[in-house]
Amino acid sequence: MLGKPNCNSINTGLVDTTSRSMSVSENNDVIVIKDLVKKYDDKVAVDGISFSVHDGELFGFLGPNGAGKTTTVRCISTLTNITSGQVLVNGIDIAKDQTEAKKYMGVIQQQISLDKDLTIRENMISHAMYHGMGKKEREERIAELSDYFGLGEYLDKPVDSLSGGWKKRAAIVCAMLHQPKVLFLDEPTTGLDINARRLLWDVVKRLNSTGTTIVLTTHYIEEAQVLCDRVGIIDHGKIIALDTPRELINRTGKMCVENMEGEKTVYRYFPHMADAQQYITDNHLEDAIMRRTSLEDVFVELTGKSVGDQR
Amino acid sequence: MTEYQRNNGFFHQVYHVAWADLMYLKHTFWNTLIMTIMGPILYLIAFGYGLRTGETDIGVSYVAFVIPGIMALSSLSSSFSSTSTRINVQRLYYRSFDEMMMCPLSLSAIILGKSTLGFIRGLLGCFVMYTIGLFLAPDLQLTPLAVACVILSCVTFSMLGMAAALIAKSHASMATFNSLVILPMTFLCGTFFSVDSLHPVFQAILYVLPLTHSSLTIRAACLPDNLDFPWISLIVMLVFMVAFFLLNHYLLKTRKV
Repeated sequence: MLGKPNCNSINTGLVDTTSRSMSVSENNDVIVIKDLVKKYDDKVAVDGISFSVHDGELFGFLGPNGAGKTTTVRCISTLTNITSGQVLVNGIDIAKDQTEAKKYMGVIQQQISLDKDLTIRENMISHAMYHGMGKKEREERIAELSDYFGLGEYLDKPVDSLSGGWKKRAAIVCAMLHQPKVLFLDEPTTGLDINARRLLWDVVKRLNSTGTTIVLTTHYIEEAQVLCDRVGIIDHGKIIALDTPRELINRTGKMCVENMEGEKTVYRYFPHMADAQQYITDNHLEDAIMRRTSLEDVFVELTGKSVGDQR
Repeated sequence: MTEYQRNNGFFHQVYHVAWADLMYLKHTFWNTLIMTIMGPILYLIAFGYGLRTGETDIGVSYVAFVIPGIMALSSLSSSFSSTSTRINVQRLYYRSFDEMMMCPLSLSAIILGKSTLGFIRGLLGCFVMYTIGLFLAPDLQLTPLAVACVILSCVTFSMLGMAAALIAKSHASMATFNSLVILPMTFLCGTFFSVDSLHPVFQAILYVLPLTHSSLTIRAACLPDNLDFPWISLIVMLVFMVAFFLLNHYLLKTRKV
């Protein structure tokens, strides 16, 4: 099980923004995507999406497996060449100056991507060196971040001696060493047990609270709802909705009434509790359940399928 | 917060890319050393003493003839296999190759850095074989040209290993490449016998392969009193090295990895 992170302050290299709304500004976008298309032969993985991520924001991509979330992150992080469109990272067009754009990004891949032939510390040093960090700077950063994530005692152990949750933490440290402006987390909690998942959420929230812009992909509705300032719902390579979780829910209807009609459960959405109550009364739906609408309801309404559905 | 100067100069980048592989070499040094020298020593025993003895057409003992060939072979097998295996594992299993690709490094630095492990292992194999040769075959000479040819050979085959690992879709496809390309080269490209003794058709095929030129250059450079140096083969090796470098650059740039 993952231990709790040390709650001392962490130096991400950015100004501490205690009020997130202060850092979120339309004119202060860290990532701007315009008409991004990625094709693999004839298959369109990302189909002309456009969006932006504000400085200091925790932005989530929610979608079923194969929707195009990971491909989008791979395109932005330069791991995959884009077919067409434009990606600006901190104002830098990745097509024009990829090397410069990479300096502002840290990426934690879905699969733990540590070199298993090295120790945790050697993995960290190697990452720091890739970013040109000198000995003194990298030693300070490794000590600081390892302390924050409680990794100190594991630093000189081989990668495979750690559990999945600890490996994920080590991967986060590696990605954070060079103080990136924006951190990509590609399905960070996939494969973790519920305790490790919730503790990792705390880590993500704390990183974000210190000013790091975070883009995370997930197919866990709860994760998107708990963590994200804004959520982009992606399906078949297109963004079909993008707003705050609250706004997405409000747009669908704050209250949900579900009842059985024949062999099928039917969901109806209402803007207010009184409307939902009225509907139940008018239609004599004694067995109906009235509850708050969740992001999952929004997703099902928008896509017509459950978020866990496979492509 | 302290402001640090970051050093992203080209040669620093090469070292930074190579560092993780050098740590891996440090962890596995004795194992690596045994793996590096066992093959060449077995080849020397089997081919140098087991099959043939006596003097060759060029006026040196067969052992003196075969040791430079085994050095060329070592440069191929050690450089190719260590670079290709490590990149293959990092790319397909650990995914740590992707991590490196997301960092602000020049592609040329990545190619040179990732070739370093294979280069060092190849050099180690050649050095051990040459040291053995000093005792067994006094005709062998360590000329600067011989050192240059060995270095060129190790770099070239390490880059070939990188290209093979970048193209390979799986560990099995790497093994297939080894069986179809590397293994035949090992035995046929003038390592244990002179290519000129073969039928012209086979000669034409073998002269297309880089190990033939590696064998010719290393042998001639180690036996300067007995063989004229094949400058054309040296140029061919240089062309192979540049070609493999450009192929790697293309594969990385187009993200066909």
